Amino acid sequence: MKLVFERPSALTDKQTHYCPGCTHGIIHRLVAEAIDELGVREKAIGVASVGCSVLAYEYFNCDMQQAAHGRAPAVATGIKRVHPDKVVFTYQGDGDLASIGMAEIVHAAARGEKITVIFVNNTIYGMTGGQMAPTSLVGQKTTTSPYGRQPDHCGYPIRMSELLSTVQGAVSVARVSVHDVPNIIKAKKAIKKAFETQLSGAGFSIVEVLSTCPTNWGKTPLEALKWLEENMIPYYPLGEYRTPEEVK
Amino acid sequence: MAEMIFAGFGGQGVMSMGMMVAYAGMIEEKNVSWIPSYGPEMRGGTANCAVVVTAEEIGSPIITEPDVVVAMNLPSMNKFEPMLKPGGLLIYNSSLIEREGGRDDITVIGVPANQLATELGNSRVANMIVMGALLAKTKVVGTESIKKALRQVLPSHRHDLLGINEEAIQRGAEYAK
Amino acid sequence: MAKQLMKGNEAIGEAAIQAGCRYFFGYPITPQNEVPEYMSRRLPEVGGVFLQAESEVAAINMVYGAAGAGDRVMTSSSSPGISLKQEGISYIAGSELPCLIINIIRGGPGLGGIQPAQSDYFQATKGGGHGDYHLFVFAPASVQEMVDLIMESFDIADYYRNPVMILGDGTLGQMMEPVEFKAPKKRDLPPKDWATTGCAGRERNVINSLSLVAENLEKHNHKLQEKYRHMKENEQRWELYKTDDAELVLVAYGTTARIVKSVVNKLRDQGIKAGLLRPITIFPFPEKAFALLPDTVKAFLAVEMSAGQMVEDVRLAVDGKCPVHFCGRTGGIIPAPAEIIKVATEIMGGERK
Repeated sequence: MKLVFERPSALTDKQTHYCPGCTHGIIHRLVAEAIDELGVREKAIGVASVGCSVLAYEYFNCDMQQAAHGRAPAVATGIKRVHPDKVVFTYQGDGDLASIGMAEIVHAAARGEKITVIFVNNTIYGMTGGQMAPTSLVGQKTTTSPYGRQPDHCGYPIRMSELLSTVQGAVSVARVSVHDVPNIIKAKKAIKKAFETQLSGAGFSIVEVLSTCPTNWGKTPLEALKWLEENMIPYYPLGEYRTPEEVK
Repeated sequence: MAEMIFAGFGGQGVMSMGMMVAYAGMIEEKNVSWIPSYGPEMRGGTANCAVVVTAEEIGSPIITEPDVVVAMNLPSMNKFEPMLKPGGLLIYNSSLIEREGGRDDITVIGVPANQLATELGNSRVANMIVMGALLAKTKVVGTESIKKALRQVLPSHRHDLLGINEEAIQRGAEYAK
Repeated sequence: MAKQLMKGNEAIGEAAIQAGCRYFFGYPITPQNEVPEYMSRRLPEVGGVFLQAESEVAAINMVYGAAGAGDRVMTSSSSPGISLKQEGISYIAGSELPCLIINIIRGGPGLGGIQPAQSDYFQATKGGGHGDYHLFVFAPASVQEMVDLIMESFDIADYYRNPVMILGDGTLGQMMEPVEFKAPKKRDLPPKDWATTGCAGRERNVINSLSLVAENLEKHNHKLQEKYRHMKENEQRWELYKTDDAELVLVAYGTTARIVKSVVNKLRDQGIKAGLLRPITIFPFPEKAFALLPDTVKAFLAVEMSAGQMVEDVRLAVDGKCPVHFCGRTGGIIPAPAEIIKVATEIMGGERK
């Protein structure tokens, strides 16, 4: 029988805890495929963060460290400085990276740390039950913005890719989405390119992946994908914000 | 046992004086400690360090009742003269300090350090003039050890100044005798 | 190697390098700045990495990453900075990673001052961050002792897979004393087969402190407690000074112990039979030393640069057998011999001769 589909070797066979319809699973797979295709699983060291992806260390089949909330880029820095020849990546959500971990992500980028950051933006704190995130859209209802996010009260959502593309050390910055197949294919390319950036030694690389949270958005998986496309992409435009010469 | 305080304003070389005495004590296999004042007063222009040289184990490196005070400017003399142990020694820089010592239970010696240093051709060795006076008045460490210590404290790219520093030590010692 | 006159903070750096530490992550704070400054100069010379982090929080998490990656790593700070590091320290203790943390204490609380203090004793010895954990804590009293203990600390950290803290104060950091660098007694260290080095040719390694099943987390806690029991059993260290016939035993650590040692001699000149018990490890606290004291002891006097923290461990160790008194200064003031003598003399019912 011809084998037409298999689990990437960079994923364990553990069943994930993610909710039905959540796109974390797709993103995990894309990261794992990129690691497999580049043949770096045995030299990969991943850093899991705090939030829904806290258990990522159980899913990526490579050496992993679990980090405190927001600190994954600092932990990754420590690892990469000890093992400059290894491939070090973090996997972080929007509360972790864009709120509590803002200092760590900006400074890791500013130092040009040769790490790859997978930033999953679903505009909400998923693990803790749907609170407002730094990336929640204007008007978005969450458990801590029950009347919808009001800019005069708590400001506007942060655009991390745009922000980080002003930082010289962040040589590879891209925003992608996983709401349909063509975009999933593009996302895969961007993630692979980010790892290639690290392997080339060019500097810091980050891929922001727009993702869904059907459970906390109160939507079906399909509605969630549609909501992402119609509401998130206009505010968070997709594209390559910075690409280094080495991987163009 | 000798507990000493070296005080003056920044740039007068009081820290390195203290350090040289500590080095010299270490060369003579005595127990030594050196501790600078640190904190906001560092920025205020005055500096001091406490040095202990002894054959015994050193208790506190911080000195409350010194045997010797070296004061390179007036604020230092005002601050540390009252702390001296009865019978202690005050050496002050009479080029910059017009008043004489105010206690009769201590030995006081004024050394016109800046003037003597200028006569030698380098006003910056005023601290070594005072060092010479200190060595002449106390036997806390030997002159040979101080000369060795000078080579440690003076960065190697300044070793062209070894000669003038040694001359200053000798001049200070002669003056104090 | 001949003796060198070195500033405490610089000696910390050199001792760590000689012990094989190749990674330093820190953030500036007075009065320990000479440690990062020294490391930034020396580490590149030995093929190591010095990195000034964006915050103390980031620095301790870089330590976590580097320790998890299997190398010898340290950070250094002073009280307010150590407070910021507590999150990371708890993770490091929970994940059982070896590293060295230096706290050159300054007076608090809050921003406090920059003069020497011992007011972080509770934080250092009782946990500091969240969860049931302990650091292994040394409290050196001289630059030489600090150097010796630092060189040993990396072995202890590796041996127990536990963070080690050196508790010093501004006096110890700023002062110069002669030092000699001597290799510590060898320990049999287990291989770091748990480190994240890339999983080529082996099962993958995971560094983690998360354990969502209560029974598993309790099991992990039992394991940690067992480790702390081993430390208590095997690692207590102290110095006894003139305690053989002592009636009053003064208990003090670090810089304060040096002052107290001179106080002991002055009290003996006055006819008061005083002695000193100086804890060198403060976790594990040297309880065993108390059992070695003679029956002549009538009272204890704990002397600290704090409002009274170690004195609680002294009371636990004395266990009600004698009165335990306290004498301390706070805010960065070093207790003067005269005031300690006054308290001691009062306890012993006045001068004897």
